[in-house]
Amino acid sequence: MAVPADLKFTKSHEWVRVDGDTATVGLADFAQSELGDITYLELPEVGDSITAKDPLGVVESVKAASDIYAPVSGEVVERNEAAIDKPELVNQDPFGDAWLIKVRLSDTAQLDDLLDTDAYNALLDSNA
Amino acid sequence: MGEGENQDGVRQTPLYDRHVALGAKMIPFAGWMMPVQYAGIIAEHRTVRTEAGLFDLGHMGQVSVTGPDALPFLQYVATNDVSKLEPGAAQYAMLTNEQGGVVDDIIIYREPSSDGYMVVVNASNKDKDVAWMQEWAARRNDLQVSVEDISDRLGMVAIQGPKSDDILATLTSADLAGLPGFHLLETEVAGIPVKLARTGYTGEDGFEIYPAIERSGELWDALMAAGAGAGLQPIGLGARDTLRLEARMPLYGNELGDDISPLEAGLGWAVALDKGEFIGSGPIVAQKAAGVPRKTVGFRMTERSGAPRSHCPVQVDGVEVGFVTSGAMSPTLGENIGLALVESSAAGVGKPLEIVIRDKPYKAEQIKLPFYRRSEAR
Repeated sequence: MAVPADLKFTKSHEWVRVDGDTATVGLADFAQSELGDITYLELPEVGDSITAKDPLGVVESVKAASDIYAPVSGEVVERNEAAIDKPELVNQDPFGDAWLIKVRLSDTAQLDDLLDTDAYNALLDSNA
Repeated sequence: MGEGENQDGVRQTPLYDRHVALGAKMIPFAGWMMPVQYAGIIAEHRTVRTEAGLFDLGHMGQVSVTGPDALPFLQYVATNDVSKLEPGAAQYAMLTNEQGGVVDDIIIYREPSSDGYMVVVNASNKDKDVAWMQEWAARRNDLQVSVEDISDRLGMVAIQGPKSDDILATLTSADLAGLPGFHLLETEVAGIPVKLARTGYTGEDGFEIYPAIERSGELWDALMAAGAGAGLQPIGLGARDTLRLEARMPLYGNELGDDISPLEAGLGWAVALDKGEFIGSGPIVAQKAAGVPRKTVGFRMTERSGAPRSHCPVQVDGVEVGFVTSGAMSPTLGENIGLALVESSAAGVGKPLEIVIRDKPYKAEQIKLPFYRRSEAR
């Protein structure tokens, strides 16, 4: 799966798409592929605050539970109930329908710490 | 660094290259690089329940026990009544320590056409088991017995699932209908001499097949080709674990350990207390008389949660009563299930439990085991 060009990434394979002061957060294709069949998502509630680099929730596959790390800090303004109800969406459409949460950014400067698509593709290549 | 071994000393089975070519995700397990999944754990699990799956079990251990006193020796080290085995018959048993804890769980096969027995042991315990049995063979110098590790000479693959019988029948002239569960015969499969047993670890009908190790690849290829039209797929360790859990088959290190008794593990049916003394029989008899302090129970989660996993604490009304030994999202049932070792006072079908997942308790109820039983009509 090609990595979309309009995203920014963490080294732990979360992505963000920025629209004004709001960021949509999801799990990258590499993460879902490594995890295998995803069976459960534990995500923060609307109104919760998340802090960059801290765990924001948990993704479970049949084999294991893994933390999802916040790429940015801010307040959760929406979460994807469809993905919570059907976690397999993360396997099927990680960069699209299976976004996880939307966050109102508290510090847009944090975006500079994230990888752009070229840098993220280079990271994937170095893992290959 | 020998053949079939990488620089970390992690070994490869003869089928390693085939798994990589099939796109398997390989992980280190018990000192071996093994396939954890190919297509995906849930898809593989369903394939075994509805069609058939092929497993590389080259990591498992086989031990040959021979000599004029092989039977009294096995009666002394294993829990079940080995004297009941006719030639070609097999039984589940455990090796127990002097305290009545479990060293390993095993299958004992009585050789069909020669004297002696083959004991199949867990990969993770193989070296420990061989040393244990050899130590006891030496200590019991009144018995003439030889304990030999034959794992490096014998391959092992399993074909499991409702279609395994039909697939295997295309490759062998052996009378499969005349081979009941827990029996072994010597035959050829695809022209390869093998020991063929109707045993497994999935809850489905199926076979475990033992060729000479150097013919493992040939046997795998023949089975894959013969099963292609019947939906046969290769199956990794991930689905092997969910399949055995649904069938309530114990896993050493989870349901079994050196500080868990066979009775606590719910495996009293494989302990013959009437056969005479065996290692650990004293404490086990005493525990049975006094009542077991802990029991292994099955449960299902009754509220939305992540999957219960081994070592999750188990509570009743907020008070800890035990821990989860195995748990998973059950692909067959579509819900979270698990086994737990709990204080006997908390055990009982229908009684509630709370399973603590990431520091938060979630409601569960105890249900009858096994979680899944195949229908016998075929």
